[in-house]
Amino acid sequence: MLLKLAVKNILGAGLRSWLSAFVISLALVIVVWNQGILIGFDRQASKDMVDAEYGGGQVWQPAYDPQDLLTFEFAHGPVPEALEGLIAEGRATAILVAQASIYPNGRMRTVVLKGIDPLQKTVVIPSSSLAGGVEDEVPVLLGNRMAKATGLSQGDTVTIRWREPGGSFNALDGRIVALMTTTVPTIDLNILWVPLDRLRAMTRLEGEATYIVLSPAVTPPAGVENWVFKSPDDLLQDIRQLYKTKSIGRNIMFVLLLSLGMLAVFDTQVLSIFRRRKEMGTLMALGFTRGMVIRLFTLEGTLHGVLAAILGAIYGLPLLFYVKKIGFAIPQNWEGFGFALGDKIFPVYGAGLILGTTALVLAVTAVVSFLPTRKIAKLKATDALRGRFS
Amino acid sequence: MENGVLVRTENLVKIYPLGHSQVRALNGVSLTVARGEFAGLVGPSGSGKTTLLNIVGSLDAPTGGSAEVLGRKVETLSHREAAALRNRYIGFIFQTFNLLPVYSAYENVEFALLLLGLSAAERKKAVWDALEWVGLTDRARSKPSQLSGGESQRVAIARAMVKRPALVLADEPTANLDAANSHHILDTMEKLNQELGTTFLFATHDQKVIDHLRRKIVLVDGKVTRDEPGPAAAGPAKP
Repeated sequence: MLLKLAVKNILGAGLRSWLSAFVISLALVIVVWNQGILIGFDRQASKDMVDAEYGGGQVWQPAYDPQDLLTFEFAHGPVPEALEGLIAEGRATAILVAQASIYPNGRMRTVVLKGIDPLQKTVVIPSSSLAGGVEDEVPVLLGNRMAKATGLSQGDTVTIRWREPGGSFNALDGRIVALMTTTVPTIDLNILWVPLDRLRAMTRLEGEATYIVLSPAVTPPAGVENWVFKSPDDLLQDIRQLYKTKSIGRNIMFVLLLSLGMLAVFDTQVLSIFRRRKEMGTLMALGFTRGMVIRLFTLEGTLHGVLAAILGAIYGLPLLFYVKKIGFAIPQNWEGFGFALGDKIFPVYGAGLILGTTALVLAVTAVVSFLPTRKIAKLKATDALRGRFS
Repeated sequence: MENGVLVRTENLVKIYPLGHSQVRALNGVSLTVARGEFAGLVGPSGSGKTTLLNIVGSLDAPTGGSAEVLGRKVETLSHREAAALRNRYIGFIFQTFNLLPVYSAYENVEFALLLLGLSAAERKKAVWDALEWVGLTDRARSKPSQLSGGESQRVAIARAMVKRPALVLADEPTANLDAANSHHILDTMEKLNQELGTTFLFATHDQKVIDHLRRKIVLVDGKVTRDEPGPAAAGPAKP
């Protein structure tokens, strides 16, 4: 009975109810929209980075710090015996890292040379294009961002200068044998992929590597104590941190949006209770207890949340699932803070996200609806019938 | 409570605080109302009519004295018990009709039955009967905003009568109506009183209502100054 009366009252209030409900629904849809994009970004970026760079984890030379170019000179060593077997079986691949400079179009640019076995199958990089080549030229594989940044195209040559172990500099022409399209900036920007053997020869580091990438599901073997194992989770920590930071930002926005919606509900409730005192008195005269009147008004307020969920479902669900299907285009000049981003993010809108957010909104709406009704607890029927508060 | 007595008040006192002072709205009212009466509390504004009606209707509690309604002492009732008493046994008719604006005439009348736990079929029959008593079956689907003042008050009467209460309390029921509608309303209530035996207690200073009363209880400054047969006392006999 209370529900029926509450529904009647809220629908009878017309535009006022729908406006409040619309504001809440907007908050609901925007929150689900954003959260879905964030989850999609996290999953997509994590998968791309694992596929193209991290594999089943990496085993690093202890001195290696990918953020510090100065460590590259010392961060190398003979590939541990325990890992050689995995490399031979094609379940791991060694990467040697060295600092270098190139001179595309007459300008110097500091780059990182990464040597990789052209026949490796551990990471999804088109390294097979590095096979072959001539003796006085180094085959080079470039990412699309790097090609764009340097103005280099397939077939171009570029001078590569690097420092040999004795301290002297050496130089050689590199020929761009292939360009790869990748969503992962950390295998692209400022990176020149070259054959591992050629880089080892250039740097006189035969049999050495900076890190070894394991294939997915390969567990690091024992006997590599002097090297440091980084699991995919360790390597994805930065992106997880970014996700967390973005989540906090999104949560702040959620709270702000929800507060706007709740302000509308609170305002409607306060007005409604003030305006309908006589009606409360009538309900009491008809046999309602004050508790029932409080429940009625709380229910009415909460129904704004239900209306919002219905409204949100009407316009939000088709919109969300359309975006889920076609993807959310990323601006071309957005590099994603060094994390893998495709041209599009495909948001993930799970039932848990939608139902959880809706339940949260309903719960908050119920609390906000209840707060103004506490005034009714002190209301005397005779005052209410006269349109007064006790 | 002895046979036939529906309402008994003894030395009833009601004091309202007003700033630092107090207003004595009822000052020792003692009276009884028997089953089937068509009586009215008559007096000028501020004489305590509505206050007495509210206490009898268990909407308010006395400051002193005793009010016994249908065998229950109002001053001892909890909120829940008072609500149950109103819901089951007392019908109210207000000056401003007090219909629920989002409900149709039918639903407004039905509303009084919802708390009684009747089946849908029982409610339907009772509502149509009540609308027929007041001659409004053709306006059953109309919302209060679509009804005239007279029609609204007839819906309010149907709402008060639909649960066949022992007692109907009517506070200035004709104050917002023109003369023709007032007479129509009063005729309807008189008919229900005679046909169903429902006790009616009015609070009024409207002469049109007074002319229909069979008992007139005059209140002045919170005291009963006269309790006499009303102008209609010589009319049709009570059932």
